[in-house]
Amino acid sequence: MKEAILLVKDLSVSFHMYDGGLEQYDLKVISNLTLDVRPGEIVAIAGSSGSGKSLFAHAVMGLLPENAVMTGKVFYKGKVLSQKDKEALRGTEMALVPQSVSYLDPLMTIGAQVRGTKPNRQIIKAQKEIFKRLHLKEETEKLYPFQLSGGMARRVLVATAVLSGAQLIIADEPTPGLDLEMALEALQVFRELADAGKAVVLITHDIDLAFHIADRISVFYAGTTVETAKAADFLKGKETLRHPYSKALWEALPQNGFKPIPGFQPYAKYLPKGCLFSPRCPLKTKECENEIPMTEVRGGYVRCIHAD
Amino acid sequence: MQIEGKNISFRYHERMPWILKDVSISIEEGERVGLVGPSGYGKSTLMRILSGYLEPQEGSVRLDGKPLPKKGISPVQLIYQHPEKAINPRWKMKKVLEESGMFREEVMEALGIERDWLNRYPRELSGGELQRFCVARSLFQGTHFLFADEMSTMLDVITQAQIWNLMLKEVKERRLGLLMVTHNAELAKKVCTRIINLKEINHIGENGNGAG
Amino acid sequence: MNLNRRTKMIVFVGVIFAVLAAVYLAGLFISDDFIAADFSQKGLKPSWEHPFGTDMLGRDMLARTMKGLSVSIIVGTVASTVSAVIALIVGVAAASGVSWLDHFVNWMIDLVMGIPHTVLLILISFACGKGLKGVLIGVAITHWTGLARIIRSEVLQIRSQQYIEVSRKLGHSSRWITVHHILPHMVPQFLIGLILMFPHAIMHESSLTFLGFGLPPEQPAIGIILSESMQYLSAGMWWLAFFPGLMLVIIVLLFDRLGENLKKIMDPYSAHE
Repeated sequence: MKEAILLVKDLSVSFHMYDGGLEQYDLKVISNLTLDVRPGEIVAIAGSSGSGKSLFAHAVMGLLPENAVMTGKVFYKGKVLSQKDKEALRGTEMALVPQSVSYLDPLMTIGAQVRGTKPNRQIIKAQKEIFKRLHLKEETEKLYPFQLSGGMARRVLVATAVLSGAQLIIADEPTPGLDLEMALEALQVFRELADAGKAVVLITHDIDLAFHIADRISVFYAGTTVETAKAADFLKGKETLRHPYSKALWEALPQNGFKPIPGFQPYAKYLPKGCLFSPRCPLKTKECENEIPMTEVRGGYVRCIHAD
Repeated sequence: MQIEGKNISFRYHERMPWILKDVSISIEEGERVGLVGPSGYGKSTLMRILSGYLEPQEGSVRLDGKPLPKKGISPVQLIYQHPEKAINPRWKMKKVLEESGMFREEVMEALGIERDWLNRYPRELSGGELQRFCVARSLFQGTHFLFADEMSTMLDVITQAQIWNLMLKEVKERRLGLLMVTHNAELAKKVCTRIINLKEINHIGENGNGAG
Repeated sequence: MNLNRRTKMIVFVGVIFAVLAAVYLAGLFISDDFIAADFSQKGLKPSWEHPFGTDMLGRDMLARTMKGLSVSIIVGTVASTVSAVIALIVGVAAASGVSWLDHFVNWMIDLVMGIPHTVLLILISFACGKGLKGVLIGVAITHWTGLARIIRSEVLQIRSQQYIEVSRKLGHSSRWITVHHILPHMVPQFLIGLILMFPHAIMHESSLTFLGFGLPPEQPAIGIILSESMQYLSAGMWWLAFFPGLMLVIIVLLFDRLGENLKKIMDPYSAHE
């Protein structure tokens, strides 16, 4: 097995917040998260909003705001990254496809931004090619960010990451606002990057798409990983999955019954003890209130003592 | 009741290409219609015109043959893709419901709104939880049509199923007309009684601008 | 509890506020006897007995300065409150969606801003009969423009929000929306704008009085003190201008700090630092 390009170990992120008046408290939004991504692989991070998906990306890239405290380790090609390393690698070795246009420079044309600071003939050619593939018209180069629609902006952001030549690409929700055809095209671009030996992390709440394009899927819930397994397991159905939350996700898909489990993901301020899913879990027992480790079950990793 | 868009054409500026050209569509009360089509084909624009947020350059929107009321409570309510933008960030959630007079036990129950959310601010709730409030406040007596513009696109599948199931129950019980835009074909199949492809009723030819 | 940044800032704001209130009250309660003319004490240099020295009529300069600042603070408070209220009304009205009103307000703002400030102040103050009333009116109706612009653009921005559209479709009137959605958003802007207007108002009151178009000579105002001192500067009586001037600068800076700190406390973006 190849060495992981990205390895995240026991990552926790908390925010220092003010509670109305002057009392401060810590809001733990990511707890004990572990994930690895190898070259040639797309790992999809699936989870609802508030599960810490985007924060995970920001933590890896060193983009957390000042009131955030991070513990745990982020390895890049076997080397622990400090905040300085992250800043140095960002944009050259690691690239982020952010969620919105607000990450683009509003005063620069799209073409100039996508090509970067030192455009040569090769880059320009590559840029024209990738625009064509993503159905962006040639005129798009001359537009400014505010002139883009949501869908166009997403595609421009994808193009930027592709051209950066980075070894690790983290894409934060690259597909909403795109119709199925375009979303698949954008994801196909990621597939090709992975096939060329790069590592791709695809953050999405659209698990349907993730199932079809990713190699492995990591399910996030309330700021931690509950299951990491092959995408094929998710396609086969409920029985091959390990964690009750993954099973619930599968069953809630419109084509698989459209049956939701009741309840809500807990708000970071009121996390339950032990297993974060236990308040909604049909299998809950007394033991679920203890710390639950990730364990290997049938070739996948799961954070549940009842999984078999 | 019936809502009808007759030969609607729309563009943002005279020098810009048409987004909608000669679009005719009609929805009956009790019907659930899915509006599909590629990105940038004007699905959201059509929805905003039909609910009276935008004026078409040509054509008209009629409710039972009469123009849409300009003032007062609208019988057509729109639910947006991003609930956090559709709620005043400085209001507590209770006030959001009170604004439409929907701070009522049975409505909260029907949409699974929990009591202790009412004293929170929008930023303390998730997208799915906020979207429940948006649906709840639209479900008052005078509502005959609900338009949902990618209402669940930003939600995870469990929340999506929760909200749609709750909403469908209300829509069916009250025989509301529903128009929904989605990119998810499976979802449209599950929810709708009829599916319209905007590509087939929009006559802009090949000069669509491809915007999303 | 540990003192965090926000607590420190609130304490700081409280201290500034207390200092300003103390100056105001001191000026109010110093009896007129302290500034009675006493020719045996005339033109004294600063000493322990008279920290700010005395003037050519033998009046204690510390007492006069305090009284003058007290008047300045009153003028500043009243004028900037009136100004801020004008700004709020005008700003909200301009952004109400009535296009001729917006044009008119913008034209008014350009007009007021276009005329050199001091000239306009002198004109208005003079036309309103000088004195306290003239100064108050002059300062009040020349300072609202900047804040009105800010409020107008804020209101326009809020009016374009989806939740305003929704509110309208829920049947609420423009007035209901203004009161319930828009005005509460304006509170921080309004308060900060108000406090940051203080320094301007005080400075302009003083300069107006200094130039002789403001408060009458018998009033113990900083402007009067400074303009009188000009005659004696060449005689080496530097303290007549130095201490009152310094105090004026300190008060102005205190108001400025107060406003800046409140801004930081109320600004949602720095709220969690």
